[in-house]
Amino acid sequence: MIEFHNVSKVYPNGTTALNNVDIKIEDGEFVVVVGLSGAGKSTFLRSINRLHEVTEGEILIDEESITTARGSTLYRMRRNIGMIFQNFNLVRRSSVMRNVLSGRVGYHSTLRMIFGLFPREDKDIAMEALERVNMKEKAYSRADELSGGQQQRVSIARALAQEAKLILADEPVASLDPLTTKQVMDDLARINTELNMTMVVNLHFIDVARQYATRIIGFREGEVVFDGPVEEATDEVFSLIYGRAVQEEEMLGEM
Amino acid sequence: MKITPTSNSTPSTNTESAPPAKTKSLFTIVLVLLLVVWSGWQINFSVNELMTGLPQMGSLIADLIPPDWTYFSEVTSPVMETIQMAVLGTTFGGLLAFPLAMLAASNIFQAAWITALSRIVLNLIRTLPELLLAALFVAIFGIGAVSGVLALMLFSLGIIAKLFFESVEAIDSGPMEAMTAVGANKLKWIMFGVVPQVMSSFMSFFLYAFEINIRAAAVLGLVGAGGIGLYYEQNLGFFQYGRVSTIIVYTLVVVLLIDFLSTRIREKLQ
Repeated sequence: MIEFHNVSKVYPNGTTALNNVDIKIEDGEFVVVVGLSGAGKSTFLRSINRLHEVTEGEILIDEESITTARGSTLYRMRRNIGMIFQNFNLVRRSSVMRNVLSGRVGYHSTLRMIFGLFPREDKDIAMEALERVNMKEKAYSRADELSGGQQQRVSIARALAQEAKLILADEPVASLDPLTTKQVMDDLARINTELNMTMVVNLHFIDVARQYATRIIGFREGEVVFDGPVEEATDEVFSLIYGRAVQEEEMLGEM
Repeated sequence: MKITPTSNSTPSTNTESAPPAKTKSLFTIVLVLLLVVWSGWQINFSVNELMTGLPQMGSLIADLIPPDWTYFSEVTSPVMETIQMAVLGTTFGGLLAFPLAMLAASNIFQAAWITALSRIVLNLIRTLPELLLAALFVAIFGIGAVSGVLALMLFSLGIIAKLFFESVEAIDSGPMEAMTAVGANKLKWIMFGVVPQVMSSFMSFFLYAFEINIRAAAVLGLVGAGGIGLYYEQNLGFFQYGRVSTIIVYTLVVVLLIDFLSTRIREKLQ
């Protein structure tokens, strides 16, 4: 469970990225966060695992404050939160296996990790994760030999190997074509239902958001302007979130 | 400078881009000339001396031929020692350069004082030429290869760390961000987010430093820091020019061989 208690974030230059956000996300939800770029979606997502600091309020993960967590507590809390990025963020020169195994570093001692000594079980976990995203046969390819969609699935496998309770995905399909977008979103949906992992996903395609979300949160200028089940997110609601009518480029189409 | 936006197939009818001003390049030439003349005047450079010295240079070259071929087997062990000094010096230097470069890279440690301090240390090391370092270590640890190894260590530390921290600063921040997100502490974060991205460039700089160290190691003997340089100086002192040219040829072969191998490996690392 993720709880935001009156969270605000003001950048040093005075820009307000989050304005008094107060929401709760239950386990197993598939939440899609929408809004114009600069509306605070990314800040919202990155404040959950504290890649970004907030300036006011508190964020609780399973009733434990990540806002005040320090040192090993923060590392342990982050270990339970998987993250998927727009640009995959894989080490391009390393093998797929190595990238997936890097999701396991939080479980072992620093000394062990300096020498890269992963136990056998970790390799099984990594293989299983790769199998779940249909990438098992690429385990020993170099990451930069893969297509964008394949790389994104490897990064999903990394989050799975991490054995996180929830996955944050920041524009996971923004640099993919429509077909691979569908594959990656299907993977996330399957992981959500099969493993009951909570998903919080930033998207800018409205039709993709509607197809996969169980709940939609709309941001506008750092404020939550809509929060409700996907059925209630009508075109009028999207116009409210975007501050204008829905435009062609906000639809992926072809799905 | 302006770039003419016309295609090169058609003759340029563009009159917008004026030719670059001549005064600037003229000024540069005059400045460089003044600098050269001033420097020559300051160190009492004389063409006369150069002219009287030239025939001597010719007779020296004549003395160097032919090399004393029997001397080859005798200098093999100091040549080997030279290579071993370079191997040890580069290895120790590289081992120290790795963490120092990490500390100096601003994308690894955000604290400005850490990067500033490491860069000051780095620059200090780099200002000392290897011969001076060797002379210092000979004064401290006495004559021998140990002083040479220490000099080469500091020398290669300076080279590797400088090149390496700049390439560390140019890496992709994505994997580092991903490692923060999986809950890695600083060391794990470096091992998995940084190291795999920079390992090949590190190896490349390491080999480059080794190439330079082989050459540097060959002269360190001049100040008593071990290796072939000592033999070179002794033979010069006794006017054994045949032996001197043996050493020169031997060193040349070794340097060329190592340069060749190292360059090949570095190409593979790209």
